[in-house]
Amino acid sequence: MTRMLLTGNGAAAWGARLAGIEYLPAFPITPQTEIIETIAKWIDFGELDCRMTTLDSEHSMITAAGGAAVTGVRVFTATSSQGLLYAMEMLYTTAGWRAPFVLVNVSRGLASPITLEPDHNDILAARDSGFLQLHCATCQEVLDGILLAYRMAEDGRVRLPVIVNLDGFYLSFTREPVEVPAAAAVARFLPPFDAQNLGFRAGAPLSEAVAVLGGSPYSYFRYQHHLAALNAEAVFEESAVAFARCFGRSYQAVEAYRCDDAELVFVMLGSFATKAKAAVDCLREAGQAVGLLRPLLLRPFPAAALRRALAGKQGVAVIDQNLSPGKGGVLYTELASALYGQADSNPMLVSFIGGLGGRDISAEEFYEMAAVTRRAAAEGQAPEPRLLYAEAELCEIKKWQAIAQVQRAKEGQP
Amino acid sequence: MSETRFQTMKDLPSCHLLGTGTALCAGCGGLEALHEIYDILGEKTVVVNAAGCMTLLAVYPFTPFRGSWLYTAMASAPAGAQGVRDALDILLAKGRLTAEEDLQTVVLTGDGAAYGMGLSATSGAIERGLDFLYLCYDNEGYGNTGQQYSGATPHGARTATSKGPCGYPGYKKDLFAIWAAHRPAYVATVVGAEPLDLARKIEQAKNRQGPRLILSLAPCPTGWDFDPSETAQIGRLAVQTGVWPLKEYRDGQVVHTKVPQKRLPVEDYLKRQGRFAHLFQPQRNEALLQEIQARIDAYWDNLQS
Repeated sequence: MTRMLLTGNGAAAWGARLAGIEYLPAFPITPQTEIIETIAKWIDFGELDCRMTTLDSEHSMITAAGGAAVTGVRVFTATSSQGLLYAMEMLYTTAGWRAPFVLVNVSRGLASPITLEPDHNDILAARDSGFLQLHCATCQEVLDGILLAYRMAEDGRVRLPVIVNLDGFYLSFTREPVEVPAAAAVARFLPPFDAQNLGFRAGAPLSEAVAVLGGSPYSYFRYQHHLAALNAEAVFEESAVAFARCFGRSYQAVEAYRCDDAELVFVMLGSFATKAKAAVDCLREAGQAVGLLRPLLLRPFPAAALRRALAGKQGVAVIDQNLSPGKGGVLYTELASALYGQADSNPMLVSFIGGLGGRDISAEEFYEMAAVTRRAAAEGQAPEPRLLYAEAELCEIKKWQAIAQVQRAKEGQP
Repeated sequence: MSETRFQTMKDLPSCHLLGTGTALCAGCGGLEALHEIYDILGEKTVVVNAAGCMTLLAVYPFTPFRGSWLYTAMASAPAGAQGVRDALDILLAKGRLTAEEDLQTVVLTGDGAAYGMGLSATSGAIERGLDFLYLCYDNEGYGNTGQQYSGATPHGARTATSKGPCGYPGYKKDLFAIWAAHRPAYVATVVGAEPLDLARKIEQAKNRQGPRLILSLAPCPTGWDFDPSETAQIGRLAVQTGVWPLKEYRDGQVVHTKVPQKRLPVEDYLKRQGRFAHLFQPQRNEALLQEIQARIDAYWDNLQS
C-alpha cells in the first residue's frame, strides 16, 4: 500500500488500473479527460496491459463498452455531463444487455447555459437507465468505489453496469491523500473477470439483445433487470465487508455522520456533503443536535437504511444539487417516497436546491437551512422548496444584465 | 476478378444457412441479398445490427442466424462492432479464445443508419481501420417505419413524406464515394438479382482485412410499391438501366464489374414501381424523366471519358 496525493481523476485512473481493466473505450470531455489521459500514458509506457480505443462520440463509446463487456473482457470508461447525455440511449441499452462494466461520471452541470462546473443533473438524468450508481465524496472513495463497483457489476446475482460518480472540479481536480492498495491485495479482493455465460465465439452462437414483441416478454426482462438491481444492495454490503477485511476501510450504503442522537439531519450526495459535515461540527459546537446522511449508493436506492437512520428524527433538510424544473429536487422526491407511509418514521422533510453549476453552499446557508427545518418541524408545516441564492449574487447578476442592456442599446437593439 | 471460385451460377452455394419464417415482408430484396451473402460468409460471424427492418429477424426466442447476433441501436452498430472486435482481439491475445473460435465481425444496417444517423460511427470505425464487414441493405428510405425519404432516396421518388407531384426533391447520397474517400480495404455495390457478381464480391470482402462495405440495393415491394414476385426483375432492371452501377473499390481503384453494354431506358425501371407512378400519370412528367435519364447517362459518360 502506498499513500499518494491524487486528484479525483487520478484516483479514478488508479482504481481502473488496480481493477486490471482490459479495455478502455474513450472520448474526451471536461472535466473527465485527465482520467483517460492518465490511463493512456500507462498503456503507452507499458505499465498497464489494456487496449484503448477512442470512439467518435460518447454514444459510440458506451456502445463499444457494452459490446466488449458482453464479449467477455473487463471494461472501464469515463465521461461527464453532455457526454453522459449524448450516450443516454446506450446507457439504457447496455444496461438492458446486462453488460457488466464500470463508467466513471465526473459530474458537471448541463446546458443550457453551457457550463463546466458541477452539479448532479447529469448523473440523475441517468437515474432510471438501469445502471447502478455510487456517489463519491472523497478521492479515496473514488478509487475504492471503482473496486467495489466491479464486484457488484460482475456478481452473478447482479450483472449490471455501474456508474461511479464524482464531482467535477471539487473532486476531479482536487488533490487529497489517497491510500493506493497493492495490486496483489486488489487481486485477492477482485479476481479476474469471470465472463460465465457471456461471450461470442464460433461453435457457441449467442443472440444478444434481440427484439421482443408484446408487453409480456418485455415486462419479464424489465422485471429481471429491476430484481437484479435490488440484489445489488446485498452484494454491496458483502463486498464492503470483504473490502474492509482486505484494506481496512469500511463503507456503508448510506454514510451517517453524527446522526445517532441528532434531531435534525442534512441529506446530501457527493463532495458537497463534506461542507455539510463541517457545518454539522459547528452546529454541534453551538449545542445543536444535527447530523448528516449521505447515500453512497443511489441505485439501488437504500430505502431501508435511510428509513432506519431517520426514524424518530424531528426534521430532515434535503439539499439537492440538481433541479427538475417544474418539480424541484430529485433526492427530496426519492427520500419522501421512501419515508411516506412508514409508521415509525415521519420526520418533517424540507427541500433545498443549491450548488448548481458549482455554486458554493456557505456555512451560513447550512445554519439557516437547519433553522428553517427546525421551525418547520415545530410548526408541523414544510415551507416551499428553497432555491439557495444570496442577495450579493443577485446584485451581481443585475449588474451584468445592466451591462448587457447598455450593449444592446448601443447596437440599436430594443 | 479472375481468381474467383465463382465462375458460373453452378458454383454458388447450394445449401442455405439463413433460416426462414422471419417477420420480413414477402419479396424483400434486402433479405434476398442477405441469404446469398450469409451462404458465403458462413456462421463464424457475429452480426451487429442497427435499428431497421432486419432488427425483426431475431425476435425472442427465434433467430434465423446460425452464428451470433448483437442488436445495438440505430446510430452505433459500427461502434458495437468495435467493442466486440477489440474484445475478441484481447481474448485471442490472452489465450482465452482460440483462433478457431474467432468470428468475423459483421455490421448489418439499412440505409437510414448507413447513410445518415450511423455515418459518424461508421467514419470513425473506418478511420481506425476496424476489421469489419458492413452490410447495408439499401431500400432507399426509412422502410421499417413506412418508407419516409432518407439520404438514400432517389430524386423524384414518392415516399410517405414526399407525396407531392414531383416526389422527393433531393438526390441520392453517394455512400460508395464517401466510403472510398476513407480509403478502406474494400467497397462494393451488389444486388440480390445478380448473385454471381454478389458472390464474387463477398468472396473478395471475406478474404480482406479492415473496413469493408457491401452496399446492396434492396428492392422493396412495400416501400417501392411493386408485386413481391417482381423483386428479382426490378433488381436486374436497376443494373440494366444503369441506375445501380455494380462496382467495387479495391487497392485504391474503382472498377465496374458489370457494365450494361446497351443500357435500357430508365423508364423501364421506373414504370414498374408505384413510387414513380406520378411521373407517368395523370400525364408524363417529361422534364423530370429526362432529368433522371440525363443524370444516369452523365454518370456512365463520365466513366468512359
